[in-house]
Amino acid sequence: MTQTLTDAEPLSYEEALEHFDPVLGFEVHVELNTKTKMFSSAPNAFGDEPNTNVNEVCLGLPGTLPVVNGKAVEYAVMLGLALNCQIAERCRFARKQYFYPDTPKNWQTSQYDEPIAFDGYLDIELDDGEVFRVEIERAHMEEDAGKLTHAGTSGRIQGADYSLVDYNRSGIPLVEIVTKPIVGAGARAPELARAYVSAVRDIVKGLGISDAKMERGNVRCDANVSMMPKGTTTFGTRSETKNVNSLRAVEHAVSYEMRRHAGILASGGTIVQETRHWQEGSRTTSSGRPKSDADDYRYFPEPDLVPIVTTAAWVEELRAQLPEPPAERRRRLLAAWGFSEQEFRDVVAAGLLDEIEETVASGVAPSVARKWWMGEISRLANARDLEPAALGVQPAMIAELNALIEQGRINDKIARQVLEHVLAGEGDPEEIVSARGLEVVSDDDGALTAAVEKAMAENPDVVEKIAGGKLKAIGALIGPVMKETRGQADAGAVRKIVLEKLGMEG
Amino acid sequence: MSEISRADVEHLAKLAHISMTEAELEKMAGELAVIVDSVRSVSEAVSGEVPATSHPLPLTNVFREDEVGHVFTAEQSLLNAPDAEAGRFKVPAILDEE
Repeated sequence: MTQTLTDAEPLSYEEALEHFDPVLGFEVHVELNTKTKMFSSAPNAFGDEPNTNVNEVCLGLPGTLPVVNGKAVEYAVMLGLALNCQIAERCRFARKQYFYPDTPKNWQTSQYDEPIAFDGYLDIELDDGEVFRVEIERAHMEEDAGKLTHAGTSGRIQGADYSLVDYNRSGIPLVEIVTKPIVGAGARAPELARAYVSAVRDIVKGLGISDAKMERGNVRCDANVSMMPKGTTTFGTRSETKNVNSLRAVEHAVSYEMRRHAGILASGGTIVQETRHWQEGSRTTSSGRPKSDADDYRYFPEPDLVPIVTTAAWVEELRAQLPEPPAERRRRLLAAWGFSEQEFRDVVAAGLLDEIEETVASGVAPSVARKWWMGEISRLANARDLEPAALGVQPAMIAELNALIEQGRINDKIARQVLEHVLAGEGDPEEIVSARGLEVVSDDDGALTAAVEKAMAENPDVVEKIAGGKLKAIGALIGPVMKETRGQADAGAVRKIVLEKLGMEG
Repeated sequence: MSEISRADVEHLAKLAHISMTEAELEKMAGELAVIVDSVRSVSEAVSGEVPATSHPLPLTNVFREDEVGHVFTAEQSLLNAPDAEAGRFKVPAILDEE
């Protein structure tokens, strides 16, 4: 008996591409951020005690009936439109039936033959600006499943003694976005994979319909990869790597699967159609479940939910409300702010576009807004192990701080202290400056002049240099004056007083 | 007569987690074939232009406002659980995807 070869050493990335062309396909699940679940009024919330965000519908108790969340339908249509899809005039739900403890009623309510959105596309911009069109097959509504924790020594399903189920996630509204097969990406396939998932994440975030946090599973990607010999057009057998939950992992998983498939095919072997699991530690995938009889889901129309009909007027009303697409917005802001490409990329990577845009809208110069968010605020966030946007600094606060600086009432150093007090919850900048007496020392009462006179008297050699024309030496007097005024002197004012005392022009 | 084989019934029974004896499988294959034929005779009575009906009620767009309603406590949620641990349902480990 000859055994079919199903495993071999992966080829190098270059070797793989020398002989084969990749074909990709993605299923991206987006959790919507409605207040309640898809089919019940239980809350859609993250991080609560297990099995406390559930009711009889989420638990699939006998005799209970689902009712569709109208807001979730609205969000699904908005997402369909943002993906340039057709919106179905009429669609319905279906039961996808399987036995697994994450789904208490033994079917997942989904859509099958009549998705709410279909035939769309997304133009994906790669790092160097090249645009690659990804065709969207469909976007359909469904519900999320509960969360399983495998108990046992390994913490993994293999070797687990039993599993524990929390149904808080059960019934959270999902939209699943399915691409058509993506051909022709070649060596850029992994990069395209990352850019595609990133684009979907940006879109749902921009629409405000999802929290879009991949680390929380709000956006989850299943990546399908197959390889076909160069010059041929018949797709090979694909593998599906499940739940790849970071952009970097999507890129690495696609790259690894391309190499693995190529290694097996080049050795004359056969690809098993199966699910694969991404292993972050080794940056490889491991074998999951082969395609089997259990994948016969026996879909049929959900009898407990009536069809959904969309009118052209409603769809157009939603289309009119769509925000500017993220890629267009980035191009517009880059031009408006005058940042370098690198500065702009850093801002995007830090997730601070919204914050800087709002800060600029509050009257702060773009370069100043960038300096605050990418500098001090990022530093403070980093020290607290938070994303800068999650630190709780409001753009209006930065505008207020900046105005105080421009009015000469505080300096940069004091402004940074004020920000820390803002974060400590002491109020807004204006209140903190007056409550803590942080305003720079004005010379109304002669205090600043007195401090300057003292510094000059104590540093005759410095004064001599300044009088001799070395104006840079004034810097040596700033320190003592600052010390005298507890850091609240304005350097410009000190310079002016020194020059006046010496009868010199600035 | 429709072709519903014993193997078809066995496959469906497995998917539906229903345990059936050899005799039941044989009997059910015959009975299901009769049911399928009866349904077919109904479809012969309508012309080709009539679309299949999945929902007999002339209703569409029955929606709920996105407002939070009642929830169970963890204790209430677990009342019917055959076994529980740490506020969660305890179930046998089933080999499948993670």
